Amino acid sequence: MFGKLSLSAIPFHEPIIMGTLLMVCLGGAALLGWLTYQRKWGYLWTEWFTTVDHKRIGIMYVILALVMLLRGFADAIMMRAQQAVAASDAAGYLPPHHYDQIFTAHGVIMIFFVAMPFVVGLMNLVVPLQIGARDVAYPFLNSLSYWLTASGVVLVMMSMFVGDFAATGWLAYPPLSELKFSPTVGVDYYIWALQLSGLGTTLSGINFIVTILRMRTPGMKLMQMPVFTWTALVTNILIVAAFPILTVALALLAADRYLDMHFFTNELGGNAMLYINLIWIWGHPEVYILILPCFGVFSEVVATFSGKPLFGYKSMVYATAGIGVASFIVWLHHFFTMGSGADVNAFFGISTMIISIPTGVKLFNWLFTMYRGRIRFNLPMLWTVAFMVTFTIGGMTGVLLAVPGADFVLHNSLFLIAHFHNVIIGGVVFGVFAAINYWFPKAFGFKLEERWGKASFWCWVVGFYLAFMPLYVLGLMGMTRRMNHYANPAWQPYLIVAAVGAVFIALGIGFMLLQFVVSIRNRAANPDLTGDPWGGRTLEWATSSPAPFYNFAVLPKVEELDQFWADKEHKRAYPQYAHYDDIHMPRNTGAGLIMAAFGTVFGFAMVWHIWWLAIGGLLCMIGSFLVRAFDTDVDYYVPGAEVEKIERTRLVPLHKLIENVGPASAGEKVA
Amino acid sequence: MNKRSLVSAARWSCVGIAVLLLSGCNLELLSPKGDIGMQEKSLILIATGLMLLVVVPVIAMTLIFAWRYRASNTKATYAPKWSHSTAIEAVVWTIPCIIIAILGTITWRTTHALDPYKPLDHQTKPITIQAVSMDWKWAFIYPDYGVASVNELAIPTNVPVHFEITSDSVMNAFFIPQLGSQIYAMAGMKTQLNLIANQPGTYAGLSSNYSGAGFSDMHFTAIATSQQGFEDWIKKAKASSVKLDDQAYHALTQPSEKVPVSYYGNVKPGMFDSIINQYMGDMSMDKIGTTPAQASAIPSHNDHAKASE
Repeated sequence: MFGKLSLSAIPFHEPIIMGTLLMVCLGGAALLGWLTYQRKWGYLWTEWFTTVDHKRIGIMYVILALVMLLRGFADAIMMRAQQAVAASDAAGYLPPHHYDQIFTAHGVIMIFFVAMPFVVGLMNLVVPLQIGARDVAYPFLNSLSYWLTASGVVLVMMSMFVGDFAATGWLAYPPLSELKFSPTVGVDYYIWALQLSGLGTTLSGINFIVTILRMRTPGMKLMQMPVFTWTALVTNILIVAAFPILTVALALLAADRYLDMHFFTNELGGNAMLYINLIWIWGHPEVYILILPCFGVFSEVVATFSGKPLFGYKSMVYATAGIGVASFIVWLHHFFTMGSGADVNAFFGISTMIISIPTGVKLFNWLFTMYRGRIRFNLPMLWTVAFMVTFTIGGMTGVLLAVPGADFVLHNSLFLIAHFHNVIIGGVVFGVFAAINYWFPKAFGFKLEERWGKASFWCWVVGFYLAFMPLYVLGLMGMTRRMNHYANPAWQPYLIVAAVGAVFIALGIGFMLLQFVVSIRNRAANPDLTGDPWGGRTLEWATSSPAPFYNFAVLPKVEELDQFWADKEHKRAYPQYAHYDDIHMPRNTGAGLIMAAFGTVFGFAMVWHIWWLAIGGLLCMIGSFLVRAFDTDVDYYVPGAEVEKIERTRLVPLHKLIENVGPASAGEKVA
Repeated sequence: MNKRSLVSAARWSCVGIAVLLLSGCNLELLSPKGDIGMQEKSLILIATGLMLLVVVPVIAMTLIFAWRYRASNTKATYAPKWSHSTAIEAVVWTIPCIIIAILGTITWRTTHALDPYKPLDHQTKPITIQAVSMDWKWAFIYPDYGVASVNELAIPTNVPVHFEITSDSVMNAFFIPQLGSQIYAMAGMKTQLNLIANQPGTYAGLSSNYSGAGFSDMHFTAIATSQQGFEDWIKKAKASSVKLDDQAYHALTQPSEKVPVSYYGNVKPGMFDSIINQYMGDMSMDKIGTTPAQASAIPSHNDHAKASE
């Protein structure tokens, strides 16, 4: 009846997990109780859970990512603590069985459920605003994408308390991930969590390509799009090209595990090398899927806060596209040590290095944007400078690893771990934090306060260097990754420093949460009345903060790059119209959430081999899609009169304000 | 927590790191004991040096520009419209191109010179050692001497060593950091590695690819010793009365952790090939993987057995 599921699946004997479960239950009950007491359920359902508004979906993605950042970081600090004490073959406090799940979960969560939702969330929030659109091309699909990602999260979190998670490393290399070597449900949780969220990501990719190509405001040519939108376009093309490969690789692994097939087994002609190639043909573009939008963020931030247009816009666009294309011909550098011939290894080594050329150009372009600027060091800019220094170091060690001869000794060492944290934290995480500080006012109508934000910034930066520079050294000392304990006592001091670094990062995260709390509490002190708190250049700053649900009452006309900046200069920003047309908008729907909920049921049932439930879940998922497909009441019109009312409330005081303090500086002065 | 105390904490931790770095000084990869490792060390240093030519100026410019063009410095030039310069663009594309061209050339050359499969250019005839990774230990077979060992490896100094490597379980990687390159060990396939030790000593060896619960203890010692010392080691192994036949092999492959060093005075001929071949069977050899004792008893008759490329 319940497949492999029984009460013994709950790890009652693990005090750490049971303690966490208790806290989750208490916290969850408190939250649910509070929501019920405040009568917020209706509000949440109608305004958020069923929303198809890209801005709200974007915000939900970012909140999801922040929550999962806490989980992923808890894993990280547990690993650091374990390695700091497990010297001279001491057992430490985490047995391999638990430790191996933790490092796997850490990698999976940080990439799929932190970095990805951060990046997709930012694209959701910003891209339609930057191109002067009222929503994405397929609003319902967008909601479905979000809830599928949430399904993946639910399955991963569930695996902690019911059954176990994969203990295979974050890419689940076979044959270790095959049934023979991983007989528990851990790898199955991994497969179905990634299949569900991966489907959501693919749909997102399609959605955004269509949005950017088809829904730009009248007059906006491709070469007039803001750089963030350009990076989003390239990223989404990469998503659509790469994620199906992940889906197929995981489906084949699932076929091995469920249907007794032999794609990647040792026996009967299976070959794990196939999987490793496939997973990296997805995996390498994936890291560019994460970093490119962050490059876009830095481009926007550096231009805005230097008070200058971005230096070398065209170079930037070509560099982005070049990186996107090249990201598909470098995957083999993840396994130079598999025994490929020298020609193959050299080809992939050199192709990898070539990526550093457009990346280097980008760095120079940011530098020359700062050159002869008037740089204001608000938080987004601080994160950007920290990124430029940190990422340069990470890029250097990356190119070093791209030299096969060097990789032969550095592969799988802590040097590699230091490298990719160097580029992912220094690039993606710093970029996301810059973006959160930059676009927060656009999402909520008030700025984040800077004091706690700066405390968080310094803790993160110091913590990052403390945590990861020792890992470079350990790599050179021959320490390999994923060790539960080690014999060499000379490694311990470095691992203790790294653990201290993790504590600093913990402070950084804590201060950031405090920054949010303080900012929300004091929101009246930091209002963004103009919609343009930083002296922005791109269209998202032309509308109010928070942006109205229809984004733009009248679609802006674009004739040049940085149109909004030009409008401000020529005093034609914030136009008032005598007449407003009705606006065509999509209607909210719970279909995405319902489909994803059935998807979660399906995934859970597949994990535990509860076949009747799996079939039921899948049928209900398809059924709810069909119901939605035949629903004709999916849109409505906002009457022009209502639009006019909303616009007047904003524009009348705004024009008074501009008359008083002058047009160009209205944003800054008010802010 | 104010900014000042954070900055000072940062400063002290930097000093701490520097002291650690200096006092450590036993960076295995930067003190190699064999020719391959030597070449890889200088490759790392040359490549790093080349890249520092760009990296240092970029970091310096970042900090200098950030300071010089801060908003409060009204003396600095402000060019609010300036966003293009063909000359600068040409330079910023050219410099990385030149560095990568040089590095690419070095990469092409060294990747061929350091190809793990390439026999070493040395006057002495190489010895062959066959390494098998198992859950969770290493078995080393000396086909020329008919002995085998577990978790200990002896090699003569200044003699090229030709490793043939496979796995009888999940994927691992064979790695002796101080001698140089590593290579994956994969079931049903043979990978190769050519190394040499130029200085006698005892070096740590390990699996550098995670392979499950017992992975952390999957290390071995590699003893590089004189020809005499090596022959003594072989004698010691030969003195063991245990024979590595199908039965002993089957017993050895059972998952175990922290396995002590042991020797086999005699090894069934063709053992290594039959370890690979047990995964090379056609459909009629269905159950072979699950009963290795019988599997490896089957002589190698299968021409699928080939090195992985």
